[in-house]
Amino acid sequence: MTEYYRNYLAVALFIGAALLMAGGMLGLGRLIRPNRPQPQKYITYEAGSDPIGGWGQSNIRYYVYALLFVMFDVEAVFIFPWAVRLEFLGWFAVIEMIVFVLILTLGLAYAWRKGVLRWA
Amino acid sequence: MTHLLALDVGWGTTLAIKTIIILALVPAGALILGYTFLLKMMSHMQSRLGPMDPGGFHGWFQLIGDGIKFIQKEDVMPDGADKRVFAMAPVVILMSTFLIFVVIPAGPRIVVKNLDVGVFYALAVSSLSVIGVLMAGWASSNKFALLGALRAAAQLIAYELPLLLAVVGVVIQAGTMSLQGIVVAQQNGSIFGWSGIGNPYFFTQIIGFALFMVAAQAELTQTPFDMPVAESELVAGYMVEYTGFRFLFFYIGEVGTAFAFAALAATLFLGGWAIPGVHGAVADLLGPIVLFVKLMFVAFLFFWVRFTYPRLREDQLQALAWKVLIPLGLANILITGIFKVAF
Repeated sequence: MTEYYRNYLAVALFIGAALLMAGGMLGLGRLIRPNRPQPQKYITYEAGSDPIGGWGQSNIRYYVYALLFVMFDVEAVFIFPWAVRLEFLGWFAVIEMIVFVLILTLGLAYAWRKGVLRWA
Repeated sequence: MTHLLALDVGWGTTLAIKTIIILALVPAGALILGYTFLLKMMSHMQSRLGPMDPGGFHGWFQLIGDGIKFIQKEDVMPDGADKRVFAMAPVVILMSTFLIFVVIPAGPRIVVKNLDVGVFYALAVSSLSVIGVLMAGWASSNKFALLGALRAAAQLIAYELPLLLAVVGVVIQAGTMSLQGIVVAQQNGSIFGWSGIGNPYFFTQIIGFALFMVAAQAELTQTPFDMPVAESELVAGYMVEYTGFRFLFFYIGEVGTAFAFAALAATLFLGGWAIPGVHGAVADLLGPIVLFVKLMFVAFLFFWVRFTYPRLREDQLQALAWKVLIPLGLANILITGIFKVAF
């Protein structure tokens, strides 16, 4: 196994460790905790009143932020390799990135101007 | 670690030992932060008498009592809940906390795995917790929980960006994404030719540090950014239907991530485990202590803000991220890039 795969084996092992710890604690809890089922206990909590319907409705307003997030997150993927190699690439890379960031900022400015960033 | 003990063991054993240490370290870190800051510091700053009482001296028994309480709680799952997703959600959050610790170095050789993409990886796995939060909120089939989860998702993705952009400045200066490389670069650096304390990026990346602290505070959903768990309006948001250990997992996840973020901030901006002029085995011995001191200082800042400021409004929170922090982060990257190439 090469060093590269060994590194990511550690990640897999940590996932296993987290599962093991969660399972262990829940198993321990199962041995100790009481279990007295009453139907009232399993009603969805709603500050004392009986709930009407299951899931509530929520505003779709959030999705615009998700779209903006995708834009900037992809940008971050490009910017990290650039940041690592910047010293070797020199001025050319700096100017390239200034152009790239300016275009992105235009996008943000457009969204801002359109009032997308306003909550109301 | 094993090199220190002069044992000649294979990489498999080494990895297993490291995993066991981290397995103990995450809850221990959460306990230390929870005890020092969440209970004692809060009690002093907000004049809370409860956590200072149990067991006599300074309420030392409080955390143990809390543990005993959690272990005895009945496991209640609401009828309407999506059972499997409901059960998995806290584990996903716990997993995301554990995974951050793979890359955090505490000495020249004390690190689980020194990944080349270190800091990028740390930010990537820390944002996995969004999925856990959404799972918990949706599966609870509770109106409070769903609102809390949606708020949390919008908040976590909005503040993920300033966090990333703040880190890019450090990556530009160090020329590497490996956390070990970033520490060494700070240790070997110099401030205007004076290399007495190396060059902690706190001085050159002061904007980055401020961005990182604000964004991390929001990622941890701590006051003033605690709308997703706002106890007075959403009664703890996405956690509202959880009891016992599953509820505790959310707390270990939250405080454990605070521990990890404090360690990350200490590593990226304050020089990590490095002591000027100390190398080799001595650095291995002293490194964890140095990192711990710096980490506690950063965590102190997190919790100081948490106990001092009132909650922001949801629109103010989004406006702060998109209109202030992200443009500032982009400007910081460009300025750092220009300085890096010019000098």
